[in-house]
Amino acid sequence: MPENLRVKASNFIDETTKISFKFNGKTYYGFKGDTLASALISNNIHLVGRSFKYHRPRGIMTAGSEEPNAIVQLGSDKALTEPNVRATEVEIYEGLEATSQNCWPSVNFDISGINNILSPFLPAGFYYKTFMWPASFWEKYEYFIRKSAGLGKSPTEPDPDIYDHKYIHCDVLIIGAGISGIIAAKIAAKNNLKTLLLEEKNELGGLTIYQDSDFFKIQNKKSSDWLKNEINEIKKLSNLEIKTRTSVAAFHSYNYLLARENLTDHLNKEEKKNKVRQRLLKIRAKNVIIATGSIERPLVFNNNDRPGIMLSSAVKKYADYYGVVCGKKTVFFTNNDSAYESAISLNKKGLSVEAIIDIREKSDSELVKEVEKIGIQIYWSHTVVDARGYKRLKEIIIMPLSKDGMSVIEKKINLKCDCLAIAGGWTPAVHLFTQSGGKLKFREEDQVFLPNVSQSKQISIGSCNGDFKLNEIIKNLIINVKNFLEIKNTEYDNLKIECPSDNVKKNIWLLPSNKVIGKTKPFVDFQNDATAKDIKLALREGFRSIEHVKRYTTTGMGTDQGKLGNMHALGIVADTAGVKMGELGTTTFRPPYTPLTFGTIVGRNVGEFFDIFRKTPMHEWHEKNNAKFENVGQWKRAWYYPINNESMDEAVQRESKAARESAGILDASTLGKIDIQGTDVLEFLNRVYTNAWSKLGIGKCRYGLMLNEDGMVYDDGVTTRLDENHYIMTTTTGGAANVMGKLEDFLQTEWPELDVFLTSITDHFATVSVCGPNSRKILNKIIPDLDLSDKNFPHMSFKDAHIDKIKCRVMRISFTGEQSYEINIQANYGKSVWEKCMEAGKEFNITPYGTEAMHLLRAEKGFIIAGQDTDGTMTPIDLQMDWIVSKKKYDFIGKRSLYRSDTIREDRKQLVGLLTDDPNEVLEEGAQIVAETNKKPVEMLGHVTSSYFSPNLNKSIALAVVISGKKLKGQKMFVPMKNKTISVTIADSVFLDKENKRLNA
Amino acid sequence: MFIIKCPFCGERDQSEFSSGGEAHIIRPKKPTELSDVEWAKYLFMRKNIKGVQFERWNHSHGCRKWFNMVRDTSNDIIHAVYKMSEKPPIK
Repeated sequence: MPENLRVKASNFIDETTKISFKFNGKTYYGFKGDTLASALISNNIHLVGRSFKYHRPRGIMTAGSEEPNAIVQLGSDKALTEPNVRATEVEIYEGLEATSQNCWPSVNFDISGINNILSPFLPAGFYYKTFMWPASFWEKYEYFIRKSAGLGKSPTEPDPDIYDHKYIHCDVLIIGAGISGIIAAKIAAKNNLKTLLLEEKNELGGLTIYQDSDFFKIQNKKSSDWLKNEINEIKKLSNLEIKTRTSVAAFHSYNYLLARENLTDHLNKEEKKNKVRQRLLKIRAKNVIIATGSIERPLVFNNNDRPGIMLSSAVKKYADYYGVVCGKKTVFFTNNDSAYESAISLNKKGLSVEAIIDIREKSDSELVKEVEKIGIQIYWSHTVVDARGYKRLKEIIIMPLSKDGMSVIEKKINLKCDCLAIAGGWTPAVHLFTQSGGKLKFREEDQVFLPNVSQSKQISIGSCNGDFKLNEIIKNLIINVKNFLEIKNTEYDNLKIECPSDNVKKNIWLLPSNKVIGKTKPFVDFQNDATAKDIKLALREGFRSIEHVKRYTTTGMGTDQGKLGNMHALGIVADTAGVKMGELGTTTFRPPYTPLTFGTIVGRNVGEFFDIFRKTPMHEWHEKNNAKFENVGQWKRAWYYPINNESMDEAVQRESKAARESAGILDASTLGKIDIQGTDVLEFLNRVYTNAWSKLGIGKCRYGLMLNEDGMVYDDGVTTRLDENHYIMTTTTGGAANVMGKLEDFLQTEWPELDVFLTSITDHFATVSVCGPNSRKILNKIIPDLDLSDKNFPHMSFKDAHIDKIKCRVMRISFTGEQSYEINIQANYGKSVWEKCMEAGKEFNITPYGTEAMHLLRAEKGFIIAGQDTDGTMTPIDLQMDWIVSKKKYDFIGKRSLYRSDTIREDRKQLVGLLTDDPNEVLEEGAQIVAETNKKPVEMLGHVTSSYFSPNLNKSIALAVVISGKKLKGQKMFVPMKNKTISVTIADSVFLDKENKRLNA
Repeated sequence: MFIIKCPFCGERDQSEFSSGGEAHIIRPKKPTELSDVEWAKYLFMRKNIKGVQFERWNHSHGCRKWFNMVRDTSNDIIHAVYKMSEKPPIK
C-alpha cells in the first residue's frame, strides 16, 4: 500500500475534495489543487521516468515548468494522448491517466537500463562517431536508432479539441505574478493604464505567497499575509486583466508576444466538453514588464540524478504549498542561505532535517543562526561526492573540501537520507528578455547573467533582474517601474521591509570528487543525460564555441531547453578552457519558453479553415453535377465531370472529344481580370508585354506574353480594348495577384508619369466559355440580337451584349483552338447564364469540361500553360514563340535580358512536341529525355512538361523541353522509365489545326 | 513582428505589408545601350547589409502603395519611412 505523506493542511489544497487518478495503471488519490507531481509524492512515488540515453531511474526534481525528469505521457486515447508533459505542471482532475515515458517494459524494470552500464561506450557524439562509417551501413543502423530515439508517443489521430487565437492590445503587460509582478500591476493599473498580468501557474503570488516566515515581513506583517491582501486588492481593479495558467511562449520585436492560455487542461472530461482547450494570445503591448523570477540551480556531483534528489526550493514548495513531505530523512546540500530558509520551514512543520552540507566555510546570517539554534547539524566546507540508491536515494557520501575548493580531503562520511535537497543558487529567468533581442551582462559576484541593454520598451524587475533579497526587490522595482511608466508617486514608496541580511556566496560549477571524472556521472543536463564528463570531452576534442559544445553534447537541447543545467555547462566550459564566463556568452534562448501544442499554434485554422478557398459563382452547379475539383491557387476549379462510373481518364477523353466535335462549356471565372483605364494604357501594355500594342483597335483582343526583367516568361493572357481608354487584362488563375502587384509596382515606382489605373475585378465577373463547332449556334440562341458572323465578330474581338437585359461582355477568344466565345457577366448572374447555356446547348449535346480536358485541348493546339510548360527558366525564344517578341519596340520588361550571353545560348532547353512511336503509349509528365540509353552517366537532355492521349488525333501527344530542341525536329529520343524505355520522336509542338481553320471557322 | 507606419495609412501590423528588396535602384532608361555586365548589375546585384538598409515596402493588404523604409537589419529598428518620390530623410 502506498503511504500517505501529506503532512499538514495547506491553504492551497482543498483536502475536502479527493481526486482519483491513474499512474502507470494504478489508481491513486490526491486532492484538488495538487499537481500530478505533488500527488505522486504524497503517495511516496518518486520514480516517475527513465532518462533519455542511459535509461537511469529518475524522479521529480522541481515544482515548476523547469522540470527536466518528471515528464509523462497523459491519457491513452489515440487522438488525445499528449507526450512530454511535465508532471509538475499538470493539475490533477478526476480520471487523469498518466504513464512514464522512455521505459520498457516498465519504469521499475527497464531493459534499456543496460545503457547505464554501457555508458563508458556511449560518450558525447557517440552517434556521430559510430555511424559515420561505412556510410552504406546507415540503412541498417537507422532502424535501431529510430527505435530508441524520441521520448513520448505522438497521438495518431486528429486532435478533436478546440483551440483559439486572440489578439490583445494593452498599455502594460506584466509577465509573472510573483510579488514583483503584483506590485507592478497595481502601480500600472492604478495609474489608468490598461494592464494585463500573466501567470503560468494557477495561483498568484509566486514563492512569496507560501513564504510564511517571521524572517520576511512587510509593514510588520508576514510577507505572505501582506501579499495575500495585495492580491485581493488587485483583483478589484477594473483596468487590470489577470490571466492565470498562461505562459508567455515568445517575446518578439516591437513588443509582440505570444502566450498560451490553458483553459481546460485542469478540468475533468465532463467539464472540458465543448470548451476551448487552449488559446494563443497575440499580444501587442506598449510597455512590457518582465517579472519572471529565477530558477534554482542544482549542484553538479557524482550521481546527482538519483530519485529523491530535488531542488531545495521544490522541497519547500511541496511542504509549504502542497503540504507534502518529500522524504522522511531530508538532507540539504547548499552553497547559499536559501537552503536554510527551507530547512527552517520543514522543521516548523515537524519534519526531520538530518543535516545541512554547505560548501561555504561559514555564514552568519539570521537564517543560519536559527538553524544552529534548532540544532540541525551543519557540515561547513563539505561536499557530496556520491549518492547511492538506484531507484530511490538511500544515502549520500560527503567529504570535506580543500581550502581552494578544487579537491576533497580527509575522510568520507556516510549519511542516510531519502531526500537530498540541493540549493545551488539562483539563475534569473532572462529567456524572454533575450528573445526580444536584449543583451545580457555577467555579474561575477554571484555568477549570473542579467538583462543589460534592450531596444524595445521593456524592463525586468525582481529576481529576473538579479535582485534576490526582498528589500532590494521591492525597493528597486518601485524605482524602476516609476521611471519606466513615468509615474511620480506610489503607495509603496515608504514600505517597511524586514528580511535576513546579505549572505556569503560561493560557487563551484563542478564539485570535486574523490574519483577521476571518467568514473563519475555528474549530470548537467538531466533530461538529455549530458554529464560534466561529456562537456570536458567535447573541449578535449577541440570544441570551443559554446554553441558547438551544446550541439555536440546535446546539453540544453531537451524539451526543458536546459533551464536547470545550462549555467553549469557554461561554467564548466569556462573553468576548463580558462576563459571568463562573461566573455563566453550564452547559447541562444529560442521560443517557445515552454513547449506549445500544435493545436494552440494553428488555432481554428484546421480542416476546411486551414486555408481559405475561393469558389466561382457556378460552384454549386459543378457540385450538383458530380464535378471533381482541383486546387488552383486558392480556387476550387472543376477538374472533370465523371458520368456514372467513369474513370478520370474516360471522363477527360469524352469531354475533350465533345468540345471538338460539337460543343463544350468551361467555367473560366477564375482567370485573373484586371480593369485598366487611362490615356496611356497602350504605352503601358507596350512596356509590360513583349509584343506590340499600339495598333490595338477598340473592340479587339490580343494575346500577350509577360516576362520578368530577367527575360523569363512570367505570365500570359488576353487583353481587350473595351473603349478608347478602357481595357480588361486577363491573367492566369494562379498568377493574378502577382501580376497585379508587379504592374502596380512598375506604375508607382518606375513609370509614375503614365496615366494608367489598375483595378482587380477577378471576383466581379463570372466567365462562361462555350467552344466547339456548334458554339455559335448556342450563343445565337442566348443572345439572338448579336450578329455573330465572322465579319462582324471575328476571332480575337469583343462585343457588348445583353442577356435578358443584363449587360455582358462577349469575347471571341480561344484557348482550345476551337471557335470559342467567352461571356463575362456580373458574378451573381454567372450560374444562371451557365444554366442558360446548358439549356440552349442541349440539342448539341453541350458538354461541361473541366480543367483537365482544357489542358488536353490546348496541348493538342500547342498552346503553353505558363507555370506548367514554363518554370521561370524559359524565354519566349526557348518556347519557340519568337513571333510574339517585337523587334521594333525600343524597350519592354525583360527585353534587354533576351540577348544576354546566357539567354542567347543555342543549347538552352527549348519547347518541342513529342510523339511516341507507339501512339497508345502516354508519357509521364516529368519523365526525363535522353538521346543515348547506354551512355554513362546518363545525359539527361530535358523532360516532359505536358502529356495526354489525344482523343481527337487518336494518339499520344506531349510537350517537352529539350536541350537544343529546335534543331532536333524529327530526331529519335528515349524516355527511360522504371520498367521500360519508350522511344519518341521530336515533333512540332502544334499537333492540330496548324492553319487555324477551326478558330476562324 | 514590426509595426510599420505606412506613409498613407499610419501604423499597421507587419503582416499587412510585403517587402520589395533594396530601394533606390533605378531601372536604366536605355537598357539596350548597356553591356551585359552593366545590365547584370541592375538585374542581379543587391546589397544585403547587416546594419542600416534602404528598402522598398508595399502595403499590399492595405492601400497597395509602395514606399521606402530605412531599417536597421541587425535589430529591426525602423529609422524612417518615406514616399517613393521623396529623398531619404537620413543618409
